[in-house]
Amino acid sequence: MEIHVIHYLIISTVMMFCGIYGFFTRRNLLALLISVELMLNATNINFAVFNRYLFPDQLEGHFFSLFGIAIAAAETAVAIAIIINVYRNVKQVLTDDITDLKG
Amino acid sequence: MSISLQEIAFYVVGACIALCSILAVTTGRILRAATYLLFVLFGTGAIYGILGYTFLGAVQLMVYAGGIVVLYVFSILLTRSDKDMKYRQNRAKLISVLATVIVGAVLVLFLTLSNGFVLNTIPQGVELPMETVGHALIGTDKYEFILPFEVVSVLLLACMVGALLIARKEKNN
Repeated sequence: MEIHVIHYLIISTVMMFCGIYGFFTRRNLLALLISVELMLNATNINFAVFNRYLFPDQLEGHFFSLFGIAIAAAETAVAIAIIINVYRNVKQVLTDDITDLKG
Repeated sequence: MSISLQEIAFYVVGACIALCSILAVTTGRILRAATYLLFVLFGTGAIYGILGYTFLGAVQLMVYAGGIVVLYVFSILLTRSDKDMKYRQNRAKLISVLATVIVGAVLVLFLTLSNGFVLNTIPQGVELPMETVGHALIGTDKYEFILPFEVVSVLLLACMVGALLIARKEKNN
């Protein structure tokens, strides 16, 4: 017995669209960032699964997930630095209160 | 038809991931959302392990569960967020978001289900040897990844310096 490739894809689809739902509905910047992490994870799973099932002799998807994880870490560090700085200036982390760049 | 241990593990992990990712975007407390995100990341690491990419699973556990979630928890504790994140949503906006999400999910699921993936016979439960990963990561031939590896290291350094620069406390003159 083997696990069909579609089952992995269903899991990653559920994760991806949870992230999209959270990205649309959340107002806290940190909660938005959590939703972005969910979306990034779903794509990483897809890379690894397609690599393993469709091209098991090669490693491109594996390394793409690896570099994706590294870039997600970089993105999170910079985003959290920006959020901390915004909090220091505005004393709030809600998207409704950050309107300085609207002109 | 016997069910192997690996299948049981996969379906338990899959159900856990689906449940926790739904809870992570619907729960009212942000610290709970971060905790559910941690469970989702653990589950993703387990899925990489089930696929045979144990190195990728270990990286996922170390970088995501060990690094990023800790960063999240610290920044949640440093910023003051409301006890309850259930803000009043515009009804039209909520309906359009739900429609977007459901239609998108159904479309993607339809495309994947109707694609007709053949079940390739991959060696299940055989892990990718560490030696192969190392040779492919530090090699200069075709399909070897020394250049992206170095570029990512420079990127990490740049983002570390940038994050320090952004989050630095301004000196009041």
